[in-house]
Amino acid sequence: MSRSCCIINCNSRSHDSHGKPTGKEIGCYRITSLKRNCSSHVSEVTKTRRMAWIAAIQRPNITSQNTPAHRFVGSLGHITVKCKDLRVIQLEITGMEECLNIASSIEALSTLDLVSLMYPFFYRPMFEVIEDGWNSFLPQNAFKDLESMTDEWRLSEVNKDFSLCPSYPPLVAVPKDFDDETLKKVATFRHGGRFPVLSYYHKKNGMVMMRAGQPLTGTNGRRCKEDEKLINATLRPGKRGYIIDTRAINVAQQAKARGGGFELEANYPQWRRIHKAIERYNVLQESLIKLVEACNDQSHSMDRWLSKLEASNWQTNVKEILTTACLAAQCIDREGASVLVHGTEGTDSTLQVTSLAQIILDPGCRTVKGFQSLVEREWLQAGHPFQQRCAQSAFSNSKPRHEAPVFLLFLDCVWQILRQFPCSFEFNESFLVLLFEHAYASQFGTFLGNSAAERARLCLPEKTVSLWSWVNRPQELERLTNPLYEPNSLVIWPSVAPQSLLLWEGVFLRWNRSSKCLDEAYEEMVHIIEYNKELQTKVNSLRRQLAQLETEDPLLHTP
Amino acid sequence: MEHIRLPKVENVKLLDRISHRRRRVGTLYLTATHTIFVESEAGVRNETWVLHSLVCSVDKLAATPSGCPLLIHCKNFQVLHFIISKEQECHDIHLSLQRLSQPESYDELYCFSYKPNVDEKERRQEWDFLDLKADYSRMGLPSSLWKLSPVNQHYKVSDTYPADLFVPESATPPVIVGSSKFRSRGRFPALSYYCKDNHAAICRSSQPLSGFSARCLEDEQMLEAILRSNPCSDFMYVVDTRPKLNAIANRAAGKGYENEDNYSNIKFQFVGIENIHVMRNSQQKMLEVCELRSPSMSDFLEGLESSGWLKHIKAVLDAGIFIAKAVAEEGVSVLIHCSDGWDRTSQVCSVACVLLDPYYRTLRGFMVLIEKDWVSFGHKFSHRCKHVVGDPKEVSPIIDQLLECVWQLMEQFPCAFEFNERFLITIHNHFYSCQFGNFIGNNQRERIELRVHERTHSLWSYLWANRTDYTNPLYRPNHSQTQGLLRASTSPYSFKFWKGLYNRFDHGMHPRQSVEDYLRAIQEETQQLEEQLSSHTQAIGVTEIAENLMLAIIKQCFGACYVAAE
Repeated sequence: MSRSCCIINCNSRSHDSHGKPTGKEIGCYRITSLKRNCSSHVSEVTKTRRMAWIAAIQRPNITSQNTPAHRFVGSLGHITVKCKDLRVIQLEITGMEECLNIASSIEALSTLDLVSLMYPFFYRPMFEVIEDGWNSFLPQNAFKDLESMTDEWRLSEVNKDFSLCPSYPPLVAVPKDFDDETLKKVATFRHGGRFPVLSYYHKKNGMVMMRAGQPLTGTNGRRCKEDEKLINATLRPGKRGYIIDTRAINVAQQAKARGGGFELEANYPQWRRIHKAIERYNVLQESLIKLVEACNDQSHSMDRWLSKLEASNWQTNVKEILTTACLAAQCIDREGASVLVHGTEGTDSTLQVTSLAQIILDPGCRTVKGFQSLVEREWLQAGHPFQQRCAQSAFSNSKPRHEAPVFLLFLDCVWQILRQFPCSFEFNESFLVLLFEHAYASQFGTFLGNSAAERARLCLPEKTVSLWSWVNRPQELERLTNPLYEPNSLVIWPSVAPQSLLLWEGVFLRWNRSSKCLDEAYEEMVHIIEYNKELQTKVNSLRRQLAQLETEDPLLHTP
Repeated sequence: MEHIRLPKVENVKLLDRISHRRRRVGTLYLTATHTIFVESEAGVRNETWVLHSLVCSVDKLAATPSGCPLLIHCKNFQVLHFIISKEQECHDIHLSLQRLSQPESYDELYCFSYKPNVDEKERRQEWDFLDLKADYSRMGLPSSLWKLSPVNQHYKVSDTYPADLFVPESATPPVIVGSSKFRSRGRFPALSYYCKDNHAAICRSSQPLSGFSARCLEDEQMLEAILRSNPCSDFMYVVDTRPKLNAIANRAAGKGYENEDNYSNIKFQFVGIENIHVMRNSQQKMLEVCELRSPSMSDFLEGLESSGWLKHIKAVLDAGIFIAKAVAEEGVSVLIHCSDGWDRTSQVCSVACVLLDPYYRTLRGFMVLIEKDWVSFGHKFSHRCKHVVGDPKEVSPIIDQLLECVWQLMEQFPCAFEFNERFLITIHNHFYSCQFGNFIGNNQRERIELRVHERTHSLWSYLWANRTDYTNPLYRPNHSQTQGLLRASTSPYSFKFWKGLYNRFDHGMHPRQSVEDYLRAIQEETQQLEEQLSSHTQAIGVTEIAENLMLAIIKQCFGACYVAAE
């Protein structure tokens, strides 16, 4: 069965990369040009549909080619649509002109520059919003939890108009004894104004994890007394802390020439600095591109596959990030020391480390809501520039300067921990895959923009729907919940041995191999657990019935 | 006992493999069968037992200020790093262990001294647990097409073959004997698996002694007979599991492969699995990678690639798939051979059987499969697993590769197998442990000479008795994955590194929580709930009956009173 698919009045059939029709899967939305002369309602609908279609193909990179005309009656064109979720779709279209029209339509519609033209602004939810996700994770609520544990921190409004630090949210937690004026001074000493703020409070021993931008020491070793005081204020008397710099020492040294740098022991005598080498930007992007290439080439021999997997360095990156997160968690939990994490800007590797350390340390982050809250706090509010980092995914002809799979690597690391502790997470792999997809292309506004300031400027809460509004409904949650979950209050230490780190098949091999058997196994597992629960309720109700029968009938108990 | 120079050494350190700073201090004991390390920390009684037959090598390293290191590698991939304070003691332990771990005769093997608390009658019953004839009758044999041949009784035709063999109905003893003379070690084509649905069969043999031009009429008749035993097909495959170059090299030695021109209606095919020496070196290289103390991702992946191990596993699985498809989809019979027909041939036959027949994916079925294709058809277990001192060039992890192929399939089809990874690992352990008699010797004839069935215990009934430990909770006999042919993927990315086996003792590397154990606990609870459910239902029924009875009596009483009052 082939269905017609059409943009600019074109009839065509669609085929997947194996030549099988994919009509059912991609849905082949019929999109006509905007009907301008009709009522505003109709034009709104067509507009929305256009966007829906574009979202479905997710900013592809398109190559069109002609096939020799003599092979077919008439002409036949091929379009390869490479999606951001790593799927590759082949469209076969009769009619050369139509083919070119479609290609250019997709090209144009999928490379919209203006944020306000993006799909979330046109998307109208077809579901009932039970809980508005835009209000689910307000910083003031998170701070209430902190207040119940300690009174050493306060919520500062110093950045309320985003003027002190454009990438910070309006509210940040800082040591109680520091007034906003001091913070302003510290902000001038940190990259991007990112002065040290609280990232995590470890309830067990009161140790904290902070994050910041690099100190602007420059070549002449500039210092800032307020900065030193601020971070020292987080130390208990007689205790030492650790500064984890996510850059290799030579990279940190080089940063000095551009005004950046790192904390000198002389000025921060109570802190021990550790350098780890987490890769950045284009190196990570290169790594993703190579990995996806390796996964998509079906003709590989075993040797070639392994050497390409190795050369992509993806697994090396996963290992390095996880190792650094373990180190941070270890300093806090095992050494009883506070930790400050930063790299250069403090918006990428820093967030990978602080958020993963929390997954390791805090059982709350391993629940569905807790993980959403973590993504909200440590990524969205913390100013990870999603729009720059997650613009093109693995397929792109141009090399966008700011593109980098920083968030995808974080999700991969979470998946690795999930694999090692399959019963300790309330959510399952599907939830992580879902976040990957929506970070790159979404009908929801959650991942739009690069910072809280940009999101505020775009009025996202008013104009778009939050991903959390959709996810936090019973029918979605059911699909994303791990049936094996049993709350585990312990710190979970993942293994970072190469043997323990696996390729995330659910993302990278998703479109290359059938997951039918694995899905069936998952269903089987759900079935075993549900059957058990069902029996439990039955037995309980019978037990009650029995007890009732026995008490109701005193005659039976007469001796 | 005469080999133990020193039965006990105190103050021995056992180093953690990953982090040498973590160490345990204790006493090392040498017994006739085991080396035992007892941790002497106050309060803990932690013991590490190492069976001597599992010891692969003992190396004494150069002495250090803290003592003399002794490194023990085991065949089950356990690595123990001891530090013994006195050099002389280390020397004595080293020499004792070297001798103890290398028995010079079969009689020294552990299975002949292993005496669990089982009486003789039960012990004999252990050996009746598996019956190969029952498996052949499960396949529908003997039939009008295949018969049990007495030709190899007393191992007269081939001393490495079993006594009972199935051959085509039309194969007469002269044809069989003639064919056997044209095959290495007399291993003539015999049946390994028969698919009663479409009459296609898997047969196995050794290479023909064809040299450059030799022919053998009886051998050609034998293949013709196999072809005719499959009435639905007009040709058959002859699969040589060796790389073509190796097969050609064999021609110079008067051996080789079938010439398609001399045999009617055969399609000849090479599948390119490397020989035992390549496999031995490859595993050795892979194990070196596993043993690296804190390798980077690149060290590991490069090492894994250059070992070639997964490439070899893929080759075996690919060959198995080719044969399984020929049988199931084309309905064509296949004759498989390599050189002697006891290594690669066994691998490929077994892999094809696992893919083809759901029975071989059950606990009992898999035991039968190993008994059939490996034990009975004469895989040289004692040589390959080095049960007794011998030629190191005969050692090779051929049987490990079978287990790994099955494990790779289990990863792809999590619901298709009744058994779990632990089952494979336990079997692996006992191929080498010599605790049970099943794998002692190199063929059936040797095991009869050693009177294995009279003197030792059988692994299969031990595994069966403990089957709850080895059952896959996701298995359901009526699940779609447990039906029919398994369509496995052999894309390179479908193959994983089996850390469960090769890094078996590095507990830190494995998932800290086991889904399988969790599900097993749930299933046990479910079973109890089912029992409670039925007992409660019954109790409620009884209560209700009693209640109704009581009501009836009351009514009657009151009725009587009423009548009386009236």
